[in-house]
Amino acid sequence: MSADLVDMIKKEIDSNTICLFTKGTTDMPMCGFSARTIAVFKEIGKPFKTVDVLPDPRIRQILSSVSNWPTIPQVFVGGKFIGGCDIVTEMHQKGELKPLVEQAFKTQPAPAR
Amino acid sequence: MQERIEEALPGALVKVEGAEAHFSAVVIAKAFEGKSRIEQHQMIYALFRNEMDGGQVHALQLRTVTPSEWEKET
Repeated sequence: MSADLVDMIKKEIDSNTICLFTKGTTDMPMCGFSARTIAVFKEIGKPFKTVDVLPDPRIRQILSSVSNWPTIPQVFVGGKFIGGCDIVTEMHQKGELKPLVEQAFKTQPAPAR
Repeated sequence: MQERIEEALPGALVKVEGAEAHFSAVVIAKAFEGKSRIEQHQMIYALFRNEMDGGQVHALQLRTVTPSEWEKET
């Protein structure tokens, strides 16, 4: 495992209250599941960071070994892994995601962009 | 896929749809009780780890439900 990449991933997760690892970017998602997850967080309306995993396949390998989660997207809120597209979508539909996000922003203010 | 899930989680109700590496599954199982949604999904992903790593399964959409949650919904 590349130590630089591990540090980069950790830094992104720790310094962004909402951090999404996706295929493609916020403006140009390259996978339907990533697109759906980004759309959910656009609806939530808080700032979020997306990290594109496509440029370097090692990002995905490291992530999956850390989270024990095989697929992309992967969503971290307040530094904690909360799931992939299905879980996030289900939480949003049940009204569970917004309170979780708001709580995370209270305890960990969003960094200046 | 359905058989593999049913074998791993005895008594589970399983419905799998899809083809060509994109699948979706609804699983109702007592074994999910007391587990977080992340853990429930990990239990199913773990069954197909080789296929997911190898690319035969690209996407596996999951909905995991415990029997008591299911009763509340229906």
